[in-house]
Amino acid sequence: MGKISLKQVTKSFGDVTVIPALDLDIEDGEFVVFVGPSGCGKSTLLRLIAGLEDVSSGAIEIDGVNATEAPPSKRRLAMVFQSYALYPHMTVRKNIAFPLKMAGIAPDEQERKVQAAAKVLNLTNYLDRKPGQLSGGQRQRVAIGRAIVREPAAFLFDEPLSNLDAALRVNMRLEITELHHSLKTTMVYVTHDQVEAMTMADKIVVLNAGRIEQVGSPLDLYRSPRNLFVAGFIGSPRMNFLTGPAAAAHDATTIGVRPEHLTLSRSEGLWPGRVTVSEHLGSDTFLHVNAGDLGTLTVRADGEVDARHGDSIFLTPQTGKIHRFDANGKAIA
Amino acid sequence: MATQHSRSAARLMISPAVLLLLGWMIVPLAMTVWFSFLNYNLLQPGPRTFAGFSNYYYFLTDPAFFTAIWNTLVLVLGVLAITTVGGVLLALLLDQPMWGQGIVRILVIAPFFVMPTVSALVWKNMFMNPVNGIFAWIAEALGLQPFDFLSQAPLFSIILIVAWQWLPFATLILLTALQSLDSEQMEAAEMDGASALARFVYITIPHLTRSITVVILIQTIFLLGVFAEILVTTNGGPGTASTNLTYLVYGQSLLQYDVGGGSAGGIVAVILANIVAIFLMRMIGKNLEN
Amino acid sequence: MARRVTPARKATVTAAAWALGLLIFFPILWTILTSFKSEGDAVAIPPKFLFFHWTLENYAVVNQRSDYLLHFWNSVVISFGSTFAGLLIAIPAAWAMAFVPGRKTKDVLMWMLSTKMMPSVGVLVPIYLLFRNTGLLDTRIGLVIILTLIDLPIIVWMLYTYFKEIPGEILEAARMDGAGLRDEIIHVLTPMAVPGIASTLLLNVILAWNEAFWTLNLTAAKAAPLTAFIASYSSPEGLFYAKLSAASTMAIAPILILGWFSQKQLVRGLTFGAVK
Repeated sequence: MGKISLKQVTKSFGDVTVIPALDLDIEDGEFVVFVGPSGCGKSTLLRLIAGLEDVSSGAIEIDGVNATEAPPSKRRLAMVFQSYALYPHMTVRKNIAFPLKMAGIAPDEQERKVQAAAKVLNLTNYLDRKPGQLSGGQRQRVAIGRAIVREPAAFLFDEPLSNLDAALRVNMRLEITELHHSLKTTMVYVTHDQVEAMTMADKIVVLNAGRIEQVGSPLDLYRSPRNLFVAGFIGSPRMNFLTGPAAAAHDATTIGVRPEHLTLSRSEGLWPGRVTVSEHLGSDTFLHVNAGDLGTLTVRADGEVDARHGDSIFLTPQTGKIHRFDANGKAIA
Repeated sequence: MATQHSRSAARLMISPAVLLLLGWMIVPLAMTVWFSFLNYNLLQPGPRTFAGFSNYYYFLTDPAFFTAIWNTLVLVLGVLAITTVGGVLLALLLDQPMWGQGIVRILVIAPFFVMPTVSALVWKNMFMNPVNGIFAWIAEALGLQPFDFLSQAPLFSIILIVAWQWLPFATLILLTALQSLDSEQMEAAEMDGASALARFVYITIPHLTRSITVVILIQTIFLLGVFAEILVTTNGGPGTASTNLTYLVYGQSLLQYDVGGGSAGGIVAVILANIVAIFLMRMIGKNLEN
Repeated sequence: MARRVTPARKATVTAAAWALGLLIFFPILWTILTSFKSEGDAVAIPPKFLFFHWTLENYAVVNQRSDYLLHFWNSVVISFGSTFAGLLIAIPAAWAMAFVPGRKTKDVLMWMLSTKMMPSVGVLVPIYLLFRNTGLLDTRIGLVIILTLIDLPIIVWMLYTYFKEIPGEILEAARMDGAGLRDEIIHVLTPMAVPGIASTLLLNVILAWNEAFWTLNLTAAKAAPLTAFIASYSSPEGLFYAKLSAASTMAIAPILILGWFSQKQLVRGLTFGAVK
């Protein structure tokens, strides 16, 4: 079981309020991702759940029990840190067994669980090594191993992939997702990378300046962002925003169109412009287009499109894919 | 960043150390203050009477007091000057490529491990003795009169002995600091056209300031309390020529059994040391901040 | 990348460094050599460097005349005892300062170090009297207590600088793994800080071994460590160079060897983290 509820939780450091009153429910078995720019309070929120920081007010319940005052060791949560935080003086086996040892589990039972976890994580051949002798990906797996052996109520991940190189990051993303499918344990995952959020989450919590901007499934957020912040943060490349007459034509202060919802033409279209940079990724082509008064627009086109710097083109937004926002940045339904 | 939990744990964990040091500071010090106002001599069994400031008066007007202050200053500053300048030069030399650097380093650091009583005795008898000492032999070999170091230049001799003990410490710390100097910085300066001297002045010396501060701090702590070297070699003499504050107070209290006078001297020493400490702590605090 | 150095320059540097190194080391070397001479050879003019009749007689005499082993053992008990006691008190304190720093932490550290600046002589009288009245005078336990208090600030400082280099996340990981404070310190922090703790231990053993104010003033015969044992040779009737040298060699040899083996760790500790 692993249902976590935050009730009117706030956090201040001295005079600085990092998290104004916040409510959030994390259901049992859910994969929840906290995403937001750096300094948005997402890591602080995770540390509040972990018990590594005190809440300034409000309550945290784990499985319906008030855990606000409980020390981290009593919350039945496991955490994977950004730096992995492996114990450098212990072998991989001892690292993974440490939480079991702390729980007073018999040595042979410890060994059985360590072996099982090592098998799942492909660490069987490395059990007698020290963390210093492992690669980044292996260390990451040891950290996960240490988290899973004690069968916690929930896993907390604090930007676990940010120290890995790009290729490994994609692999580990898949492994963590698979792990969630097989364990079905609640996972709370903090990242600043919206791609990780979109690909892994059942539920995304977008945070900005300690406030929850929107909560929803990845596709919810993608299709109907509630405000400019979420619209700009979710989706890659970033959504194009237009103001002025182009927006007024849709009865809005600002309108947003995603790069993949702009149609490209050489001969005709709504917005004329000139290609400044074209990035060929193979599968896709990202064109950065100078559209005069409208500013620079990004277009996602087919990989085969052969546009060069200086080419004249026309862009047309696809119908029904225009997001409208009012003067306060709120989405207009 | 921490929780209420860990903060109260922290207070609990730090309190034994703080309480012990607080007790160590306050209890004996309070007793010293108390004694310093009494007529209290271990040789005179009668009742101890209140003495007012007379102990302080006698201590402070004793000509030996000013000699002792002066000697203490000369001793501390003399040793600091020799060890820091010598340490920098020696460290620069040892930082050069050479054969057998490890062994040279072992040779250089050795005096630091020698206890003060041993080094004082060895220097006094086997080197500075005007009849059998090595220095006397060298002087005679050169056709000079042997020099009786400990009676003719007692303070200088003690400075020499103490500096010999502390030079390794300064050298080793400064050498470590030199070795941690980023070689790219030096190369950049060289590309910018800085001469060897300019590189030393503008890069090496600023890089060393932090370590020099540490050397000065730690050495001052120990040099203010130099005792065994004096006790073993000159007993503070001849007269009071090599008596420092520590030795003066020691003599007053444990040789003349004058607890009151010794205590007054102790308090004076504490006050003077505190002035030095405040000054030093400022300097160190600033230097270790960044 | 190091540049090529001309052999001539390297030879010059080597010669200069060795000459200075030997000059600095000479008093120790001379003491060791003299300890193997007969008293006659010890005071011979011109001095005899290597060509003399080597003898172990002085060591035998010194051992016979005074109980070297007793003083050696006193030194061991006092220096290690005070260092271990200091570590026991300092580890929790340094943990608190390094991992739960508050606004006052820096001040507390500075204050602790400043107690080190208090001249021992300022409290000599009351400590002497307290010791006399409680029967602690000339006892090992008495000196262990004093030296523990004296070393404590340095131990706390050194440990603090070592602990600060340990990432706090690892201790938090231990907390998440269900470790209480005691487990956190015993199973995670202490083993991780072993190199730092070891060099703190070494340095303080050396400082305590060589401490010569309290050991001289608070001991007589029973608890006198080697510092006081050697000081007894300063009286004129004890003046036999060869025997003095033998006693000195025995007094400094243990710490000299210990220090040589651990010089790398020592330097780091001594700099209070000011030099990496």
